[in-house]
Amino acid sequence: MIEHAALQPKGKVQRVLKNQAFKWFCVCCASASVIVLCVLLGSLIKQGVHHFDLDFFKSPPSRKPVKAGLGPAMWGSVWICAVCALTALPLGVATAIFLEEYKPKNRVVKWLHNLLQLNISNLAGVPSIVYGIIGLTAFVQMFGFIGNLNEPGFSFGTREDWYYFQLPFGRGVFAGGLTLMLVILPIVIVSSQEALRAVPNSLREGALACGATKWQMIWTMTLPAAIPGIMTGSILAISRAIGEAAPILVIAGIVFIRFTPAHLMDEFTAMPLQIYDWAGRPQEEFHRVAATGILVLLAVLLTFNATAVFVRQKFQKPLQ
Amino acid sequence: MSKHGIFISSVAATTISLSALAGDYDSSLRGSIKIDGSSTVYPITEAVAEEFAEVCPRVRVTVGISGTGGGFKRFSVGETDISDASRPIKSKEYDKAVENGVDFIEIPVAYDGLSIVVNKSNHWVDQLTVDDLKKIFLDGSPVKTWKDVRSSWPAVPIAIYSPGTDSGTFDYFKEVVAGKTGSIRSDMSVSEDDNVLVRGVAGDEGGIGFFGCAYYFENKDKLKVVPIVNPELEKAITPTAVTIENGTYAPFSRPLFIYVSKKSAERPEVEAFVRFYFEQGPELAEEVGYVRLPKEIYARALNNFVQGKTGTHYLTEAGEKIHGPLTKVYN
Repeated sequence: MIEHAALQPKGKVQRVLKNQAFKWFCVCCASASVIVLCVLLGSLIKQGVHHFDLDFFKSPPSRKPVKAGLGPAMWGSVWICAVCALTALPLGVATAIFLEEYKPKNRVVKWLHNLLQLNISNLAGVPSIVYGIIGLTAFVQMFGFIGNLNEPGFSFGTREDWYYFQLPFGRGVFAGGLTLMLVILPIVIVSSQEALRAVPNSLREGALACGATKWQMIWTMTLPAAIPGIMTGSILAISRAIGEAAPILVIAGIVFIRFTPAHLMDEFTAMPLQIYDWAGRPQEEFHRVAATGILVLLAVLLTFNATAVFVRQKFQKPLQ
Repeated sequence: MSKHGIFISSVAATTISLSALAGDYDSSLRGSIKIDGSSTVYPITEAVAEEFAEVCPRVRVTVGISGTGGGFKRFSVGETDISDASRPIKSKEYDKAVENGVDFIEIPVAYDGLSIVVNKSNHWVDQLTVDDLKKIFLDGSPVKTWKDVRSSWPAVPIAIYSPGTDSGTFDYFKEVVAGKTGSIRSDMSVSEDDNVLVRGVAGDEGGIGFFGCAYYFENKDKLKVVPIVNPELEKAITPTAVTIENGTYAPFSRPLFIYVSKKSAERPEVEAFVRFYFEQGPELAEEVGYVRLPKEIYARALNNFVQGKTGTHYLTEAGEKIHGPLTKVYN
């Protein structure tokens, strides 16, 4: 008996209990966030589902909750996200290529290179409202250097034309999209860098050994191998852009708009702003409309995230 | 003497009846109209803009909410065509507009009763005088609990919920309670969003707040409105459509305005919109919870608009503020 007891490790029960307790603690933590999400979704669906029909997507906002729709806000979001994606992707990917593929050897340049890298990582953590204010001065007013909003310093076409363009950009779709670009640019750069870094060096060396120039190497070997990673990061970044309210609020303000943008300089409203507006109204009925709006926004976001997962699964080929 | 422009029209001043305007809007009108300003006037302008879209679907009307002060900032540099205002223009704003060559026509659109509300479970407050409000709201006042206002009331701490300082509602309240020189205390919860104020007062036993009557009418079930003693009648009056229009709910009923830029009004789409505002505005103002003005005021305003009579009725040549009821000041 004495011998048997000696074989038992000291305080076994306690250790096993601790082990179990920790496991259950982790389970609770994990389920807490899921439960919160489920409760949120459940209450949203309960509140918002009866407004959910085709008219809600088509009709403009209204003072009557029954008639209120998300049409112009949805198109506004589509416009600014298109501008945002079309500008952020080339800029972000090119910056990432520069940072990853053109590493300098000179000590001073290397220091500058590192400084740039550090800055970009820091920018990813700047609150989005700050970008809104930058966008207001840099894009909407252009520091007041080129005319003002009433008398633009440069304009092309009239406000009736689809190709109308002016400097400064004013409180239009273009300024909104560019501001969102500022918000997501650091994210696009950092995630593209990660993707490029994951491309094995042997691929690059192989290309160079075959006599390819650096441009040929990047264009034919590195970039194609990194595309799935870049796409995943970018899609997630754009889905963040769709949900951003603060920077757009600074650019566009809360505005009652019944039309969809007709050109890049046209005024707009976006889904988060429309939801914010509804949620702030005194009538209970509008809070339910806001819930419907949130459901639509969530659906769009989930679609984007699902696409990102799909792209990663589908296109990520083993490289070795 | 008030700061008026010159009569542009050579036509003798004839009063035009509202009904003469009805109908005939050119549905092929195009263009855009930019409106910004008071969140109090917003519901009316929003409703008018929505109905106007049925008549002239190609005119693109945008209505923003920047507060009366914020709206005038944009209006006085010519950024907007029409400015919503829950108080008359101030002399500084007027000077800025003149400086930038923005002439405007001042048009009253409805009455708003500023309602003072307390929590539903507040059973002790049955009426308040302006002096009581001074005790509660003035800067430097030692009042902390309801007992400090009147000794018969319980010692429940007072929590104040107020609209933001950029809002015309706050300006108006401050002018009535604190006068020209006084200031309102700073230890209160402030929000530009009236809905936040409603929730604040509804959830706080000692809460007191104020905002436009439309918000009270919408939230009657959550709040208790306090009758205010009319200093002239010496009788407590509850804000209702009747007491606001006949002026007995004093001193907290106020006119709401739109300011139309003269230059913009020359554009056919803006002209049509303002005409439509005259025609539908009174009804829509009532629908969204405000009180329509006497017919006579609308007629005067329409006359001013048709004749292009610019300037404000609320400032003297020297830039001094003119006080008094709308029916006396506005002509």
